[in-house]
Amino acid sequence: MNATLTSPQSQTPTLRNGSHRVSYLTPLANILETADGYVLEAEMPGVNKDGLEVTVENRELTIIGRRAMTERNGREVYRESPASDYRRTFELDPSIDTAKVTAKMEQGLLTLHLAKAESVKPRRIAVNG
Amino acid sequence: MSITRYQTPELSNWSSFDRLASFRDEVNRLFDFSWPSRDSGLFSGWSPALDVSDDKDAIFVNVELPGMKKEEINLTLHNGALTVSGERKQERAAEEGETFRSERYFGKFQRSVTLPAAVDASKVSASYKDGILTVELPKAEEAKPKQIEVGVS
Repeated sequence: MNATLTSPQSQTPTLRNGSHRVSYLTPLANILETADGYVLEAEMPGVNKDGLEVTVENRELTIIGRRAMTERNGREVYRESPASDYRRTFELDPSIDTAKVTAKMEQGLLTLHLAKAESVKPRRIAVNG
Repeated sequence: MSITRYQTPELSNWSSFDRLASFRDEVNRLFDFSWPSRDSGLFSGWSPALDVSDDKDAIFVNVELPGMKKEEINLTLHNGALTVSGERKQERAAEEGETFRSERYFGKFQRSVTLPAAVDASKVSASYKDGILTVELPKAEEAKPKQIEVGVS
Protein backbone atom coordinates (compact mmCIF):
# COMPACT_ATOMS: atom_id res chain seq x y z
CA MET A 1 0.00 0.00 0.00
CA ASN A 2 1.48 3.29 -0.97
CA ALA A 3 0.23 6.83 -0.65
CA THR A 4 -2.94 5.78 1.13
CA LEU A 5 -4.95 8.55 2.66
CA THR A 6 -7.69 7.14 4.76
CA SER A 7 -10.23 9.25 6.54
CA PRO A 8 -10.12 9.00 10.32
CA GLN A 9 -13.63 7.61 10.48
CA SER A 10 -12.54 4.44 8.75
CA GLN A 11 -10.01 3.51 11.35
CA THR A 12 -11.23 1.02 13.87
CA PRO A 13 -9.88 1.91 17.29
CA THR A 14 -7.96 -0.91 18.88
CA LEU A 15 -8.66 -1.55 22.53
CA ARG A 16 -5.90 -2.32 25.00
CA ASN A 17 -6.61 -6.04 24.99
CA GLY A 18 -6.11 -6.08 21.24
CA SER A 19 -9.70 -6.64 20.25
CA HIS A 20 -11.33 -4.40 17.69
CA ARG A 21 -14.40 -2.42 18.47
CA VAL A 22 -16.81 -2.39 15.59
CA SER A 23 -17.40 1.22 14.67
CA TYR A 24 -20.42 2.30 12.74
CA LEU A 25 -21.25 5.52 11.01
CA THR A 26 -24.46 7.30 11.89
CA PRO A 27 -26.40 7.88 8.69
CA LEU A 28 -27.88 11.35 8.26
CA ALA A 29 -31.63 11.19 8.56
CA ASN A 30 -34.75 13.23 7.94
CA ILE A 31 -38.04 12.45 9.64
CA LEU A 32 -41.33 14.01 8.66
CA GLU A 33 -44.89 13.47 9.64
CA THR A 34 -47.61 12.98 7.09
CA ALA A 35 -51.35 12.60 7.53
CA ASP A 36 -51.20 8.83 7.95
CA GLY A 37 -47.73 8.24 9.28
CA TYR A 38 -44.08 9.17 9.26
CA VAL A 39 -41.44 9.14 6.57
CA LEU A 40 -37.87 8.43 7.60
CA GLU A 41 -35.03 8.94 5.13
CA ALA A 42 -31.48 7.83 5.86
CA GLU A 43 -28.44 8.36 3.67
CA MET A 44 -26.25 5.32 3.21
CA PRO A 45 -24.18 5.67 0.06
CA GLY A 46 -22.60 2.41 -1.06
CA VAL A 47 -25.37 0.26 0.43
CA ASN A 48 -27.87 -1.58 -1.74
CA LYS A 49 -30.91 -3.50 -0.60
CA ASP A 50 -28.93 -6.71 -0.05
CA GLY A 51 -26.81 -5.02 2.60
CA LEU A 52 -29.74 -3.49 4.39
CA GLU A 53 -31.17 -4.72 7.66
CA VAL A 54 -34.18 -3.00 9.23
CA THR A 55 -35.48 -4.44 12.50
CA VAL A 56 -38.19 -3.38 14.92
CA GLU A 57 -37.93 -4.68 18.45
CA ASN A 58 -39.52 -3.32 21.62
CA ARG A 59 -40.54 -0.12 19.85
CA GLU A 60 -36.97 0.39 18.71
CA LEU A 61 -36.21 0.66 15.03
CA THR A 62 -32.68 -0.31 14.05
CA ILE A 63 -31.18 0.32 10.65
CA ILE A 64 -27.97 -1.39 9.62
CA GLY A 65 -26.44 -0.79 6.21
CA ARG A 66 -23.49 -2.82 5.00
CA ARG A 67 -21.57 -1.50 2.04
CA ALA A 68 -21.64 -3.59 -1.08
CA MET A 69 -18.24 -5.03 -1.80
CA THR A 70 -17.33 -2.93 -4.76
CA GLU A 71 -13.99 -3.71 -6.22
CA ARG A 72 -11.82 -0.68 -5.77
CA ASN A 73 -9.97 -0.23 -8.98
CA GLY A 74 -6.23 -0.11 -8.70
CA ARG A 75 -4.20 1.85 -6.22
CA GLU A 76 -5.76 4.31 -3.82
CA VAL A 77 -4.49 7.84 -4.42
CA TYR A 78 -6.78 9.85 -2.17
CA ARG A 79 -9.66 8.82 0.01
CA GLU A 80 -12.32 10.64 1.98
CA SER A 81 -15.16 8.15 2.07
CA PRO A 82 -15.30 6.08 5.24
CA ALA A 83 -15.19 2.30 4.96
CA SER A 84 -17.43 1.64 7.98
CA ASP A 85 -20.94 0.30 7.79
CA TYR A 86 -23.91 2.32 8.97
CA ARG A 87 -26.05 1.81 12.04
CA ARG A 88 -28.67 3.90 13.76
CA THR A 89 -31.47 3.28 16.22
CA PHE A 90 -34.70 5.23 16.53
CA GLU A 91 -37.29 5.03 19.24
CA LEU A 92 -40.76 4.61 17.80
CA ASP A 93 -43.78 6.49 18.99
CA PRO A 94 -46.47 4.16 20.42
CA SER A 95 -48.86 5.45 17.76
CA ILE A 96 -46.89 3.68 15.02
CA ASP A 97 -48.21 0.40 13.74
CA THR A 98 -44.98 -1.60 13.61
CA ALA A 99 -46.61 -4.24 11.42
CA LYS A 100 -46.95 -1.69 8.66
CA VAL A 101 -43.41 -0.55 8.00
CA THR A 102 -42.35 -0.42 4.38
CA ALA A 103 -38.84 0.24 3.12
CA LYS A 104 -37.40 1.40 -0.16
CA MET A 105 -33.73 1.65 -1.07
CA GLU A 106 -32.81 3.89 -3.97
CA GLN A 107 -29.35 5.24 -4.83
CA GLY A 108 -28.07 4.88 -1.29
CA LEU A 109 -31.11 6.54 0.24
CA LEU A 110 -33.33 4.46 2.50
CA THR A 111 -36.94 5.62 2.75
CA LEU A 112 -39.11 4.06 5.43
CA HIS A 113 -42.85 4.61 5.67
CA LEU A 114 -44.14 4.16 9.18
CA ALA A 115 -47.91 4.04 9.33
CA LYS A 116 -49.87 5.33 12.29
CA ALA A 117 -52.17 2.85 13.96
CA GLU A 118 -55.81 3.19 12.91
CA SER A 119 -56.83 3.97 16.49
CA VAL A 120 -54.81 7.19 16.65
CA LYS A 121 -55.90 8.64 13.33
CA PRO A 122 -58.31 11.54 13.65
CA ARG A 123 -61.85 10.38 13.13
CA ARG A 124 -64.96 12.38 12.56
CA ILE A 125 -67.83 11.37 14.77
CA ALA A 126 -71.25 11.87 13.41
CA VAL A 127 -73.60 13.67 15.72
CA ASN A 128 -77.13 12.39 15.76
CA GLY A 129 -80.14 14.52 16.34
CA MET B 1 -10.30 32.11 -28.73
CA SER B 2 -12.09 32.70 -25.52
CA ILE B 3 -10.70 35.29 -23.15
CA THR B 4 -13.01 34.48 -20.29
CA ARG B 5 -10.93 33.84 -17.26
CA TYR B 6 -11.41 30.33 -16.03
CA GLN B 7 -12.50 30.39 -12.43
CA THR B 8 -10.78 27.83 -10.38
CA PRO B 9 -13.49 25.88 -8.61
CA GLU B 10 -13.25 26.33 -4.89
CA LEU B 11 -11.55 23.44 -3.25
CA SER B 12 -13.32 23.02 0.01
CA ASN B 13 -10.94 20.85 1.85
CA TRP B 14 -10.96 21.14 5.60
CA SER B 15 -8.56 18.42 6.49
CA SER B 16 -7.87 20.01 9.86
CA PHE B 17 -11.49 19.41 10.73
CA ASP B 18 -11.13 15.69 10.11
CA ARG B 19 -10.00 15.20 13.66
CA LEU B 20 -13.07 17.05 14.82
CA ALA B 21 -15.17 14.95 12.46
CA SER B 22 -13.80 11.82 14.02
CA PHE B 23 -14.66 13.14 17.48
CA ARG B 24 -18.12 13.99 16.21
CA ASP B 25 -18.62 10.40 15.10
CA GLU B 26 -17.62 9.20 18.53
CA VAL B 27 -20.14 11.51 20.16
CA ASN B 28 -22.78 10.42 17.70
CA ARG B 29 -22.07 6.84 18.53
CA LEU B 30 -22.37 7.48 22.26
CA PHE B 31 -25.58 9.42 22.14
CA ASP B 32 -27.01 8.05 18.94
CA PHE B 33 -27.39 11.58 17.79
CA SER B 34 -26.17 13.14 14.62
CA TRP B 35 -24.42 16.48 14.58
CA PRO B 36 -24.00 18.10 11.22
CA SER B 37 -21.34 16.10 9.47
CA ARG B 38 -18.63 17.37 7.19
CA ASP B 39 -21.03 16.60 4.35
CA SER B 40 -23.82 18.76 5.65
CA GLY B 41 -21.98 22.00 5.46
CA LEU B 42 -21.16 23.40 8.84
CA PHE B 43 -18.28 25.25 7.17
CA SER B 44 -18.43 25.03 3.45
CA GLY B 45 -21.75 23.85 2.16
CA TRP B 46 -22.29 20.31 1.10
CA SER B 47 -18.99 18.65 0.37
CA PRO B 48 -19.60 15.05 -0.67
CA ALA B 49 -16.79 12.58 0.04
CA LEU B 50 -14.52 11.99 -2.94
CA ASP B 51 -12.03 9.19 -3.60
CA VAL B 52 -9.39 8.88 -6.30
CA SER B 53 -7.65 5.69 -7.36
CA ASP B 54 -5.73 4.66 -10.44
CA ASP B 55 -4.19 1.75 -12.26
CA LYS B 56 -1.88 1.74 -15.25
CA ASP B 57 -4.66 2.46 -17.76
CA ALA B 58 -7.12 4.74 -16.02
CA ILE B 59 -7.96 7.04 -13.12
CA PHE B 60 -11.13 6.39 -11.12
CA VAL B 61 -12.98 9.05 -9.16
CA ASN B 62 -15.78 8.02 -6.78
CA VAL B 63 -18.12 10.54 -5.16
CA GLU B 64 -20.75 9.72 -2.52
CA LEU B 65 -24.00 11.29 -3.64
CA PRO B 66 -26.89 9.48 -1.97
CA GLY B 67 -30.45 9.97 -3.14
CA MET B 68 -29.93 11.93 -6.33
CA LYS B 69 -31.09 11.54 -9.88
CA LYS B 70 -28.39 11.12 -12.48
CA GLU B 71 -29.73 14.10 -14.42
CA GLU B 72 -28.93 16.31 -11.42
CA ILE B 73 -25.21 15.52 -11.57
CA ASN B 74 -22.85 17.47 -13.84
CA LEU B 75 -19.32 16.52 -14.77
CA THR B 76 -16.77 18.77 -16.42
CA LEU B 77 -13.16 18.23 -17.33
CA HIS B 78 -10.98 21.28 -17.71
CA ASN B 79 -7.21 21.78 -17.62
CA GLY B 80 -6.62 18.39 -16.03
CA ALA B 81 -9.18 18.95 -13.30
CA LEU B 82 -12.43 17.06 -12.93
CA THR B 83 -15.35 18.97 -11.44
CA VAL B 84 -18.46 17.26 -10.12
CA SER B 85 -21.35 19.57 -9.37
CA GLY B 86 -25.07 19.45 -9.03
CA GLU B 87 -28.06 20.22 -6.94
CA ARG B 88 -30.12 17.94 -4.79
CA LYS B 89 -33.70 19.04 -4.63
CA GLN B 90 -36.08 18.31 -1.83
CA GLU B 91 -39.08 16.42 -3.06
CA ARG B 92 -42.35 18.26 -2.87
CA ALA B 93 -44.04 15.59 -0.77
CA ALA B 94 -41.39 16.09 1.85
CA GLU B 95 -42.35 19.71 2.33
CA GLU B 96 -45.95 19.02 3.20
CA GLY B 97 -45.61 17.29 6.54
CA GLU B 98 -44.16 18.48 9.80
CA THR B 99 -40.41 17.95 10.02
CA PHE B 100 -39.08 16.20 13.10
CA ARG B 101 -35.49 15.85 12.06
CA SER B 102 -33.65 17.44 9.21
CA GLU B 103 -30.04 16.41 8.80
CA ARG B 104 -29.83 15.78 5.08
CA TYR B 105 -28.41 18.53 2.95
CA PHE B 106 -30.33 19.88 0.02
CA GLY B 107 -28.96 22.35 -2.45
CA LYS B 108 -25.89 22.83 -4.57
CA PHE B 109 -22.52 21.21 -4.25
CA GLN B 110 -19.27 21.29 -6.17
CA ARG B 111 -16.11 19.26 -5.83
CA SER B 112 -13.00 19.50 -7.96
CA VAL B 113 -9.98 17.29 -8.14
CA THR B 114 -6.75 17.73 -10.04
CA LEU B 115 -6.12 14.49 -11.85
CA PRO B 116 -2.78 12.81 -11.18
CA ALA B 117 -2.13 12.14 -14.90
CA ALA B 118 -3.19 13.30 -18.34
CA VAL B 119 -6.41 11.67 -19.51
CA ASP B 120 -8.10 11.06 -22.82
CA ALA B 121 -11.12 13.35 -22.50
CA SER B 122 -13.00 11.63 -25.32
CA LYS B 123 -13.08 8.29 -23.47
CA VAL B 124 -14.34 9.40 -20.06
CA SER B 125 -17.32 7.44 -18.78
CA ALA B 126 -19.41 7.66 -15.62
CA SER B 127 -21.94 5.54 -13.79
CA TYR B 128 -24.19 6.14 -10.78
CA LYS B 129 -25.07 3.20 -8.58
CA ASP B 130 -26.08 2.80 -4.91
CA GLY B 131 -25.65 6.54 -4.45
CA ILE B 132 -22.03 6.52 -5.60
CA LEU B 133 -20.88 8.24 -8.76
CA THR B 134 -17.95 6.50 -10.43
CA VAL B 135 -16.02 8.28 -13.16
CA GLU B 136 -13.53 6.32 -15.23
CA LEU B 137 -10.93 8.45 -16.99
CA PRO B 138 -8.63 6.49 -19.31
CA LYS B 139 -5.09 7.81 -19.21
CA ALA B 140 -3.68 9.47 -22.28
CA GLU B 141 -1.17 7.33 -24.16
CA GLU B 142 1.74 9.54 -23.16
CA ALA B 143 0.85 9.28 -19.48
CA LYS B 144 0.88 5.49 -19.39
CA PRO B 145 3.95 3.88 -17.92
CA LYS B 146 6.23 2.42 -20.53
CA GLN B 147 8.80 -0.24 -20.23
CA ILE B 148 12.10 0.83 -21.66
CA GLU B 149 14.59 -1.77 -22.72
CA VAL B 150 18.03 -0.90 -21.53
CA GLY B 151 20.73 -2.80 -23.24
CA VAL B 152 23.63 -3.71 -20.99
CA SER B 153 26.78 -4.23 -22.88
